[in-house]
Amino acid sequence: MAAALEFQHKSKLLSFFTDSWIMIKRSSTHILRNTDQLLGTFFQPIMFLVLFSAVFGGAISRSLPPGVSYLNFLMAGIIVQTVAFGSTTTAIAICNDLQKGLIDRFRSLPMSKMAVLNGHVVSDLLRNSISTVVMLVAGLAMGFRSSASLIDWLTIAGILLLFTLAFSWLAAIVGVVAKSVEAVQWLSFVIVFPLTFASSAFVQTEGMNSYLRAFAENQPITQVIEAVRALMLDKPIGNHGWLAVAWSLLILIIAVPLATRMFAKKASQA
Amino acid sequence: MAEQIAIKVSNLKKSYGKTSVLKGIDFKVRKGSMLALLGPNGAGKTTTVRILSTLLKYDEGEVSVHGYDVKKQSEQVKSVIGLTGQSAAVDELLTGRENLIMMGRLYRLTKASADSRASELLEEFDLIDAAERPVKTYSGGMRRRLDLAVSLIATPPIIFLDEPTTGLDPRSRIAMWEIIRKLMSDGTTILLTTQYLEEADQLADQIIVIDGGKVIAEGTAKELKAKVGKDRLELIFRSANELRAAVKLLNKEVAGTDDKEQSLTIMINDTNTDVRNVLDKLAKGSINVESMAVHKPTLDDVFLSLTGKTAKVEEEEK
Repeated sequence: MAAALEFQHKSKLLSFFTDSWIMIKRSSTHILRNTDQLLGTFFQPIMFLVLFSAVFGGAISRSLPPGVSYLNFLMAGIIVQTVAFGSTTTAIAICNDLQKGLIDRFRSLPMSKMAVLNGHVVSDLLRNSISTVVMLVAGLAMGFRSSASLIDWLTIAGILLLFTLAFSWLAAIVGVVAKSVEAVQWLSFVIVFPLTFASSAFVQTEGMNSYLRAFAENQPITQVIEAVRALMLDKPIGNHGWLAVAWSLLILIIAVPLATRMFAKKASQA
Repeated sequence: MAEQIAIKVSNLKKSYGKTSVLKGIDFKVRKGSMLALLGPNGAGKTTTVRILSTLLKYDEGEVSVHGYDVKKQSEQVKSVIGLTGQSAAVDELLTGRENLIMMGRLYRLTKASADSRASELLEEFDLIDAAERPVKTYSGGMRRRLDLAVSLIATPPIIFLDEPTTGLDPRSRIAMWEIIRKLMSDGTTILLTTQYLEEADQLADQIIVIDGGKVIAEGTAKELKAKVGKDRLELIFRSANELRAAVKLLNKEVAGTDDKEQSLTIMINDTNTDVRNVLDKLAKGSINVESMAVHKPTLDDVFLSLTGKTAKVEEEEK
């Protein structure tokens, strides 16, 4: 051996951060190397935006408040929908990890136990941020206009990041529970699709029947959409802002320990 | 100073529900030596390695690695072991070098140490040309080499090799053996599991044969072979008729026959007299032998005599 190896021994807390950082780099590298997925990150949001505004725009714009174009209305909904669907990739990445021997290797290392999940979830924030920026740029090109101030935009970013984080941790549970990547896909679909469609993402909730409306107006995704929409269009935000934050925090409080424990349990059985 | 013990396992028991996988296993591995756990599929080899490498909890017994209690001091154990499992545990989308550096950092190596050690290992394991390519482009043999390299990144004093050559072609297997021999000469303590008797014979200082969650024999390759003791005389005949006639004639002496090969096996104590006697008998009965061979006992024979099963049958079951 050429030179004696040097080790750095750190406190538990510091190891937690450095190990998580190493895992974030790993998962981010996956995102950048997985070109198929990366193309999806760019084109899927644009496709959704173009299709929804073109297909629904004419029919729905009449029911919107005066002065609000459908594209302006749609923007908040489609961003949140994309982020929600985007969490599927977190679930797939975790499911993939659990099926390969790599998890055993990580578990045999003197590393922080939560680092693997942290890596996937945080790098997912990065990918979703790219999607969101792509969508905003495309929206602007198509005629989306916002009267939001810089502070409004920062608030929007904060609400969206928190929501994305919460949803990614939920997705982590799906990734642990599902037995295969195919199972992740349909499981995520049956969870995310109803949640995003039974919301105010694409239409105003007034036209829904009373049960659906009661659900749509009170579920977390609608709160996030309404908060972002109000900030973008400079409308009163009402209770939506704090409800969006409260929902995200509630999901995090439940999902983080649950996902971590389930992940550790499943990994030790593999 | 007395012999230092790197791994000590006593009365290790583990069951899944009602299925008992390990039924009280005992062994010790001397520092700097190699112990092979030899056994068929389902014998409990991988379970043992998973327990020793802190991946799996056990029910009863005592297990210490490098002086640390595996149950109570798992963090310390993790920093002195390297594990190479059955499936190559490397990241497919990262390059070989990235894999090594990442694992090195997770072993708490400084960045500079991880970098230089990675280059050293890539060189040593003949992976330098593939170093900047994602692992998904690697061949099976390259993956296994990288996998082993990864477990050596922090030069742990104890290495677990769980069936390191299963599924490799003969050339890659021999290359792997060379690497393992080099590791041994560096003074690393190695616990190897294998279902290949030849592998244990070639590499290990000490062999433990396990079957059905129990140790059924232990010793050096030489000692185990001595247990079976006798040499085998194999006689091959031209036709099935001649084989039948020979079996009838030699009767009790026949230890086994193989209809496909048209051959029979006889255990012999003394090569000169015993072989002559057998050939004399056959000559009297006018039975011609096509060819014959005297085999020294192999670990295959050891396995057969210990478990009543041949290792080959086990492999086919897989």
